[in-house]
Amino acid sequence: METKNVINIKNLVKRFPVGKDYFTALQNVNLKLTEGEFIGLVGPSGSGKTTLLNIIGGLDSATEGSVSVLGNSMDNTSHNERAIIRRKYMGFIFQSYNLLPVYSVFENVELPLILNNIEKSEREKKVSQAIEWVGLSDKKNSKSADMSGGECQRTAIARAIVHEPALLLADEPTANLDAKNSHNIMKILSKLNSEISTSFVFATHDEKIMGYLRRIIHLEDGKIINDEKISKLESL
Amino acid sequence: MIKFLAKGLIRDRSRSFFPLLTIVITVTLVIFVIGFMEGAMNNFLQSTAVISSGHVKVITKAYKKESNQLPNDLALFETEKTIQNLYDMYPNYFWSPRITFGGLLDVPDKNGETKEQAPVFGIGIDFFSEKSRQTEIWELEKYLINGHLLKNRDDALISSKLAEQLNVDIGSAITLISSTMDNAFATYNFNVTGTFDLNKGQADKQMMLVDISGARQALDMTDAASEIFGYHNSLYYDDEEAVRIRSNFNLTYSDSIAQMLRNEESYDALSYMSGWNKISNTVKKKLPKQRTNALSDNQMYDNIDEWDDFSVEDPAIFTPTMIALRDGSQLANMVDFSNVAMGVMAGIFLVIVMIVLWNLGLMSGLRRYGEFGLRLAIGESKGQVYRSMIIEALLIGFVGTLLGTLLGVSLTYYVQEFGIDYSEAINQMSSEMVLPNVFYAKVTSELYYIGFIPGVLATALGTMLAGLAIYKREMSQLFKELEA
Repeated sequence: METKNVINIKNLVKRFPVGKDYFTALQNVNLKLTEGEFIGLVGPSGSGKTTLLNIIGGLDSATEGSVSVLGNSMDNTSHNERAIIRRKYMGFIFQSYNLLPVYSVFENVELPLILNNIEKSEREKKVSQAIEWVGLSDKKNSKSADMSGGECQRTAIARAIVHEPALLLADEPTANLDAKNSHNIMKILSKLNSEISTSFVFATHDEKIMGYLRRIIHLEDGKIINDEKISKLESL
Repeated sequence: MIKFLAKGLIRDRSRSFFPLLTIVITVTLVIFVIGFMEGAMNNFLQSTAVISSGHVKVITKAYKKESNQLPNDLALFETEKTIQNLYDMYPNYFWSPRITFGGLLDVPDKNGETKEQAPVFGIGIDFFSEKSRQTEIWELEKYLINGHLLKNRDDALISSKLAEQLNVDIGSAITLISSTMDNAFATYNFNVTGTFDLNKGQADKQMMLVDISGARQALDMTDAASEIFGYHNSLYYDDEEAVRIRSNFNLTYSDSIAQMLRNEESYDALSYMSGWNKISNTVKKKLPKQRTNALSDNQMYDNIDEWDDFSVEDPAIFTPTMIALRDGSQLANMVDFSNVAMGVMAGIFLVIVMIVLWNLGLMSGLRRYGEFGLRLAIGESKGQVYRSMIIEALLIGFVGTLLGTLLGVSLTYYVQEFGIDYSEAINQMSSEMVLPNVFYAKVTSELYYIGFIPGVLATALGTMLAGLAIYKREMSQLFKELEA
């Protein structure tokens, strides 16, 4: 069976202006990601992993090269077009959860479905399912202020996967969590990866989660220095 | 999405309640301060209006020229008819005849010989007629030192300073020595029923107040008056309106008569006449009775050159003319200055308030960059986020302004009705200053909309400015702030 290309990056260069000069954050990056992959962008701070994640997510644009996500070229696309791609096909998980504090778990998870104009009854079904996936059914009316960091991050995961996106981008998802919660989160994400066809891309330098990744792309000074595929047995 | 955002707006007090409270307080303050300044300035003008100018007043053109001489020989005739006309033409104003006169007050001893004498500045005011509001606007009950208000035609109130100078008591008889409107010698006895102190410095030092019926009797001025004062029914001096009705009156009333007298026929007649007989019957019929009386009594000048003393262009010296409060000496400057000063003060206050609310909108927007970053990440477009921000600001601004306007106008109305009493502070100041003791605010039409400038406009502009960052920044930058 032919595997579907989710991300296709060719000769990507990203430069940021610094005064009159430029800082090159990414240089000549080439990367392909297929459906259902579970990969990590790994490297020290300033290696370019978050920048790469932002460009894949359409939050930033490439200086040179081409980026295609799910067959949609991200070059020369408008903000609105990129917003539509994100809304339909992507989910985001952040280091600091970024839940909207005035809304309950249920309402936070519901937001991407509202943006995608899903009917209310369908929304309720999908949100309940997503909350169940992350094990927060008993907390669906709670607000972020009443929950632990792990629970907040599980809510953020539910929000990211509620519309079953083709691609989930996670930027340091375990950086604010202790070891136990980090493993819990990664177990949930691994399980979701095996149950739904979503591809996962992590930007991380957290050693605790390396064992869950099935492909690790090492970045240093904006370049890919190693692209390591790990067998399923090894990763578990 | 709107329901979702509304839910967040209601729950997040820092987005709804506190901005709303700030806008309500600010708009209330704007409205009250402007209403109070407007009212306070009107209080200053009202003192002048009550004593010497009215909001508008009708006098003859000749009287206008010589008004500092109190020339009652140039007074208005047929005042009842004129007043009725004025009520018909300008029903928003109430009209009151007045006679101002100078003379000498003589206080006799028990033998009828002169005990004391002093010059007097007398005012005959219509206190007794049904429509008169003169007792109300003079507030004499408040300023009465001894005795009681006028009850009869021959009663007189004199200032406490004059009473002290003349050494008269309540109930004493005093004799006014003056001249009639025909310049004949006049004496008339009044009874002192009370003394007053208007607290207006030199203005009331030599003042005597009598009813106009007494003044008419004393000065032989039946149905005549030096001036007819007009006051807006609300007692609020609206400069624009006063100027408008003054122009309207002078155009449609006085000047039409003057024009008639200026036409060739009457001009010729006036040029050659040595009296009324030279004017043709046609012109006579056109002239109002007041004029015909004046002309037949030879009160107009026979020689055309003598018109120069009054007006070369306008021979109708007895033509009634209207002047507004601002037309009095120095008052135009004062009114203009007060308008400019009020405008500047209100403007400065408005700008300060706008900066506060602008900043409120700005801070409210900046505080939510994280939320915007998240919403952009999960697929809202920049336009959607920006529009929702502005709609939210407009909604909060509108509701806040409505509540603030309601509160502000209510508060201003309360102070308009009951005033703020500054008696203690005013009493500690120099008595030479003409200052009212109680300041009243004024609810004007502009108070109903002025609050929307800071309340809605400034808040929305501040939010728009904050929201511009959504467009200007790369989304990844917003994300950094989201993560911060």
